[in-house]
Amino acid sequence: MPLKTHSTSFIILAFLLMGAFVLNISLGSVTIPFKHIFSILFGSTIENSSWEYIIINYRIPKAITAMLSGAALALSGLLMQTLFRNPLAGPFVLGISSGASLGAALLIMGSSFITSYVSIAYINDISLAIAASIGSFLVLFAVVIVASKVKDTMALLIIGLMFGSITGAVVSVLSYFTQAEKLQQYVYWSFGSVGNLTWGQLSILASLTVIGILLSILCIKPLNTLLLGESYAKTMGIHLKKSRYMIILATGLLAGSVTAFAGPIAFLGLAVPHLARQIFKTTNHRVLVPAVILFGAIVLLICDTVAQLPGSESVLPINAITSIIGAPVVIWLLLRKRKMVF
Amino acid sequence: MKGQASEHKSMEAKALSIGYKGVPIVSNIDFSLNTGDFTSIIGINGVGKSTLLRTLAHMQNHISGSVLVDGLEIGSYNSLELATKMSVVLTESLASKNLSVLELVMLGRQPYTNWIGTLTEDDKIQVKNAIVNLDLESIQHKKCYELSDGQLQRVMIARALAQDTSIILLDEPTTHLDLFHKVRILKLLKEIAKNTQKTIIYTTHEIDMAIQLCDKMILLDGQNNPFGQPCELIENKSFENIFPKDTVVFDPETGTFKIKK
Repeated sequence: MPLKTHSTSFIILAFLLMGAFVLNISLGSVTIPFKHIFSILFGSTIENSSWEYIIINYRIPKAITAMLSGAALALSGLLMQTLFRNPLAGPFVLGISSGASLGAALLIMGSSFITSYVSIAYINDISLAIAASIGSFLVLFAVVIVASKVKDTMALLIIGLMFGSITGAVVSVLSYFTQAEKLQQYVYWSFGSVGNLTWGQLSILASLTVIGILLSILCIKPLNTLLLGESYAKTMGIHLKKSRYMIILATGLLAGSVTAFAGPIAFLGLAVPHLARQIFKTTNHRVLVPAVILFGAIVLLICDTVAQLPGSESVLPINAITSIIGAPVVIWLLLRKRKMVF
Repeated sequence: MKGQASEHKSMEAKALSIGYKGVPIVSNIDFSLNTGDFTSIIGINGVGKSTLLRTLAHMQNHISGSVLVDGLEIGSYNSLELATKMSVVLTESLASKNLSVLELVMLGRQPYTNWIGTLTEDDKIQVKNAIVNLDLESIQHKKCYELSDGQLQRVMIARALAQDTSIILLDEPTTHLDLFHKVRILKLLKEIAKNTQKTIIYTTHEIDMAIQLCDKMILLDGQNNPFGQPCELIENKSFENIFPKDTVVFDPETGTFKIKK
C-alpha cells in the first residue's frame, strides 16, 4: 500500500541514478565527447579505441563500484540504525570497517616485521582486499559471539565501538614502527577509492552486495517490528534472535565487502538513511530499503564525480569527499529537527 | 466471531512463583480470569507487579507453578501463536517515535501478515476499527513524537487492539496522565473488555479507581497475594495490609486510602 504512493519518488530517483551514472562516466582526466560515450554505452564501436578502452575498462567498472558501494553502505547504515535504535549508528560502529583496516594494516605494515624470515612477494589489490575481508569478518564474528551473550543492543553498540578503538590502537602501533613507504601505502588505502577494480573483483563485490540486499529484504518485516523496541518485538511473534543474526550478517557482508575493495568510506552509511527518511517521510522498511539503495548509489556516484576533479589529472580521496558532504548533512539534520529521530 | 464465544477461563495462574535468574521475588500467586474480566494488579513499589505482567506476557519465564492461557500451559505455545492470543502495552518508550500513528497501529497486524508484512483487506479493517475505537482518526497521520502522553497511550492501546487478541496486558497505562485522562483510559479499557469479551489485565497504583472499575483484582503483598472482586477484598480486609499501617489507612466505607495524621 505505501509503495504506490511513493512510486513517483522512486521513478525520479531511478532517473537521477541514470543521470549520475552517465555524468560519472562522461567526466575524467581524458575528455571524451558526449556522443561517443553514448555510442560506447550502446555497444557500437568508435574510431578512437583508447577512448573505448578507458570507458569499458576503467570508467564503467569504477561507476558500478561506486553504485554498489554506495548502495551497500547506505543499506548497512539503515540496518544498524534500526537494530541499535540509534540514529547515529552506521556500518562503522560495529567495528566492521576498523576490522578491515586492521587486516589491511597488518598486511601492509605488519609484513615488515616478518620480512626478514618470510618474504611476502608484494602486496597487490587482491591480497589487500582479502586481508581486509578477513579483518572485517573476524571482528564481525567476535561481535556475533558477543551478541549472543549480551542481550542489550546498546551494550553491543558500545562493544562495537570498543572493538573499533582496539583495532585503531593496533593500527597506530603498527604505523609508529613501520617504514615510511609502507605507511604511505596504508594511508592511500585508507583514503578509499572506487577505482582500480577489475571486472573479476567487481563481480565478487557485486555478488556479495546482492546477497546482502536479499538478506535485508528478508529482514524487512522484523526490521519494522523492531521500530517498536525489542520488548514489543518479542510479543509480536517474530524470532528476535534469528532476525538479529540475519541483520548483523547482512551488515557485515555489505559493509565488509565494500571496505575490503574500496577502503573505508565514511559518513555515507550514517547520512543516507536520514536523507531517505526525510524525503519519503516514512519509517516503513519496505519503502526505506529500496530508497536507501538508490540514494546511496546516487550519492556515491556524485561524490566520485567530484573526487576525480573533472578535467584534471589528480583524484581526491573519496573518503574525504564523503566526509565533507556527509558531516554537514548530519549537522543540518540535527539543526533542522533539533533532535534526531529515526 | 472470535471473542463472542461463551465465557470461559482465559488466563489462570496456579501456585505461581516469579522472579529473576531462579530467585523468586513473589510466590503463591493464584488467580483465574474469565473472558471479559477487567482486572488490575496492585501492590507497593518494587513488589513485582511489572515482573508478574512480564511473566504473564511470557516475556520472561516463571520460576515454578504454572500460567495457563486458554487452558494450556503458556510455554506450550510458540511465540507466533502467543502473539495471536495476547498483546501488550508497556511502559518503555518506542524505539522509533518517527512512526506515524497509522504506521504504528498497522504494526499490530504483524502476527497475521505475510513474510514482508503486506496488509490484507481484513487487516486494514481491523486497523481502521482500532483507530475508530480509540478516537484517533483526527491524529492518525501525526508522528508519535508530536503526541501528548495521553494520545500516545491511546495509540499504544489501539495497536494492541489491532493485534486482535483475547487477552490484553498493560503495564501502568495511566502513569504520567492527569486525572481526566486516567479515568478516560480506564473507562475505555473497561468498555473494550465488556464489548469485545477480552480479558484485560493492567498494573496500577490508582487503587481507589481500580476498586471502582475492576471486576477482579490481584493484590501483590508478597505473602498470600489475595485475589477476588473488589468488594470481597474489602470485606476480608485485604487492602489494609498492602501499605505499612503507620502511613496510610484504608477506609472500607469509601474504598479509599487516608493519610494517617
